[in-house]
Amino acid sequence: MKFIDEYRDPALARTLLAEIAAAVRRPWVLMEICGGHTHAIIRHGIDQLLPPEIELVHGPGCPVCVTPAALIDQAIALARRPEVIFTSFGDMLRVPGSVAGGLAGVLNTPCSLQQAQAAGADVRMVYSPLEAVELARQHPHRQVVFFAVGFETTAPGNAMAVLQAARLGLSNFSLLVSHVLVPPAIAALLAAPDNRVQGFLAAGHVCTVTGWEEYRPLVERYRVPMVPAGFEPVDILAAILMLVRQLEAGRAEVENEYRRAVRRQGNPAAQAAVEEVFMVTDRDWRGLGVIPRSGLRLRPEFAAFDAAVKMGSEPAGEVGAGTMAGESAPATAAALISSEQAANPCISGAILRGVKKPLQCPAFAAACHPENPLGATMVSQEGACHAYYRANRRAAA
Amino acid sequence: MKDFKPENFSCPRPATDSETVQLAHGGGSRLAAELIEQVLVPGFNDPVLSRLEDQATLDCSLAAGERLAFTTDSFVVDPLFFPGGSIGELAVNGTINDLAMGGATPLYLSLALIIEEGFPLSELQRVLQAVAGAARSAGVRVVTGDTKVVGRGACDKIFINTSGIGRVPAGLALSAAYLRPGDKIIVSGTIGDHGMAIMSCREGLSFVEPLASDTAALHELSAVILAAAGGAGESGRAEVPGGPGGASEGALGAGAAPAAPAPGESPPEPGPVRAMRDPTRGGVAAVLSEMAKASRVGVSIEEDKLPVAGPVRGACEILGMDPLFVANEGKLLAVVAPETAEAVLAAMRDHPLGRQAVIIGEVQRENPGLVTLCTALGGRRLIDLPAGEQLPRIC
Amino acid sequence: MCLAVPGKVVEIFEEHGMRMGHIDYAGALSKACLEYVPEIRVGEYTVVHAGFALSILDEKEAAESFAAWRELQAAAAREGVDLFGRPLAAADDRGEQS
Repeated sequence: MKFIDEYRDPALARTLLAEIAAAVRRPWVLMEICGGHTHAIIRHGIDQLLPPEIELVHGPGCPVCVTPAALIDQAIALARRPEVIFTSFGDMLRVPGSVAGGLAGVLNTPCSLQQAQAAGADVRMVYSPLEAVELARQHPHRQVVFFAVGFETTAPGNAMAVLQAARLGLSNFSLLVSHVLVPPAIAALLAAPDNRVQGFLAAGHVCTVTGWEEYRPLVERYRVPMVPAGFEPVDILAAILMLVRQLEAGRAEVENEYRRAVRRQGNPAAQAAVEEVFMVTDRDWRGLGVIPRSGLRLRPEFAAFDAAVKMGSEPAGEVGAGTMAGESAPATAAALISSEQAANPCISGAILRGVKKPLQCPAFAAACHPENPLGATMVSQEGACHAYYRANRRAAA
Repeated sequence: MKDFKPENFSCPRPATDSETVQLAHGGGSRLAAELIEQVLVPGFNDPVLSRLEDQATLDCSLAAGERLAFTTDSFVVDPLFFPGGSIGELAVNGTINDLAMGGATPLYLSLALIIEEGFPLSELQRVLQAVAGAARSAGVRVVTGDTKVVGRGACDKIFINTSGIGRVPAGLALSAAYLRPGDKIIVSGTIGDHGMAIMSCREGLSFVEPLASDTAALHELSAVILAAAGGAGESGRAEVPGGPGGASEGALGAGAAPAAPAPGESPPEPGPVRAMRDPTRGGVAAVLSEMAKASRVGVSIEEDKLPVAGPVRGACEILGMDPLFVANEGKLLAVVAPETAEAVLAAMRDHPLGRQAVIIGEVQRENPGLVTLCTALGGRRLIDLPAGEQLPRIC
Repeated sequence: MCLAVPGKVVEIFEEHGMRMGHIDYAGALSKACLEYVPEIRVGEYTVVHAGFALSILDEKEAAESFAAWRELQAAAAREGVDLFGRPLAAADDRGEQS
């Protein structure tokens, strides 16, 4: 496949690895922000091949992992309404909300969208938000809700879906929004006193939309180089080489590895659509807490397409009350959950900030594993803990 | 036909779409009898099936040492029809393949249908034609069957169960527990075709044209493999020193191994073909993992050897899926003694279903129970099975 | 985070008032919205995320990146680099580049 195969050339990858080894003089801690990079690094075994001076830590760029549990509860509650067709990317279907696997059985409440589907909710997986718009067009008597989760890469598509629904005059389409923004998360991470990260592989596809200008203030303030990188092995290794060379030379700049896809100004048409439909808001990141101005929500003029407003769904923080016949809301769920979470040993916050690695967590691969995730980084395939578990990393590499 | 009233039953080639399967078709009624006699039986043209007894009484005498293989499988795929096949072909080929993986020659199939009330007769006709066609192509007879009709919603359109009987040659035993360090692992062709075909039919995934399934009956190919391995080397005994068991030697012919031992006996030496499996649900990864665990050995495969067809690769890339975990319905994995690998490979490539056969890896002592993938870059990754079915992702 | 895959535009058309395309990924054809790459033409490549083309892949930029990398490979070959270890020649004249 063109634009993929040549970036997986083993000989070129080995050359870049040798160059990295030659350039490195001191240890460096580098973070790949994006779950897609984590996935690619583990899939190709790149971290095993890097010289020992380079420590790669995994960042918070996993929108699935960082979606608040309460929002998943809201999604489940909406899905269980008989008139709703709840649509979502595949990524979100198995993520547990507040009610962890074990409790779900006790409370007779689905803990994920997939469980809700098994219990009769009309949950449908889609590849694109436009498929959800099409469903709304085809089923005028049903309410189609789309779970709009993602970073800046996904926001333009979701914006277009809203604009298209408006153009088509649809009154039965809405988004449940959980959009997050990368730079505020990086800023929060860099500002933390225990930050160890010295250089960043920036999310290449986010940058196709946003460009890289918004990283310049961060780079200048914190003197940390950032390299927007593609997702194939050659891209990742070339980006690491660029970071190492900067660090060894004492430079801190934004340097674009992903030249074929990322332009300095990003994609103005996509940015304009996002600006038209969404506005910046504070967001709660699962595992990290609330980061100010780090998310997107629909503008008031698009309230008709905002599921949280239009569908009157329960405010975040409460476990969804079942509206299907025969089920009642669990009265003591909140108490159960808070006491369970108090005992939760999950360190995903520290992992998302690159301060700790999955193997340092006592619960990793013991109490916490993909079938019973205790926190953000085990819940999705992109999460660092999940990726490590699947690659069977039991001992420090 | 006495008491035949045209308004009660339609011709096997129904003229209109409104002809559907009703509850009465499943009971012991005249409608049921007509359904069976006019829609089901004619397509198979089988003397035993046509007798419509409660059981099929079959000639199945076994020569000395031969044994029966018996298997069952149920098929619930949705959509029912897809490029490359349908639930009908899957139901026949899937059960034939289960027999073939044990080295059996498939002989007879049973066919049980559970049909949802309201299912169009024209579609039932299509499914049955597919079953009959697949059985005919494979040279396997459908000799007995059953039909039930359930109320709307009690099943999803149509569920099919097929059971199969086959004959296993004397002295042949294959087992996932027979793998030994040094053995070679061969796949018969491109992986992930069927699962991505089904995925590409799903609504909402934006595919313009669906991909084609690879459903196929593999019994001829498995016979080719056993013959080629038997012909290679001397007695076909495993050469690995210190193999399990005391090993009876020499009494058996080429290509043969002692039959699986009764409990309490020491395990026999495997023959040159250790095991064959068709990697259906869970894909190649699931089968290799099972075999590694059963034999308590490690399995190492090379990423750049895995054959993946272009469109399947493209589909996997856009959905973020890994072909190693995607189902196949017309491929097999064979684990063979190293000295026979080249001969087996050549013989497979001579067969239409094995043209793209390739050695993808080998069995090793290290990491027992685990499957290791050597990436094209030179990295190594342990393949762990996903918790559930692999889903497309956008992240 | 964002799985976006490069594919070739083989057809451009309009659907419900939006500019759409059929994208070819090694023979698998999938539909994508081209509203965010209005200047793209049939035969060009794009990266598609969740059904939206986000950027036209610039073959000239790609070629320049490759030229730089191939030069690295050539330099390594000239100096007899051990592919997995340190170069055999002194590394001083390498570290100061860029």
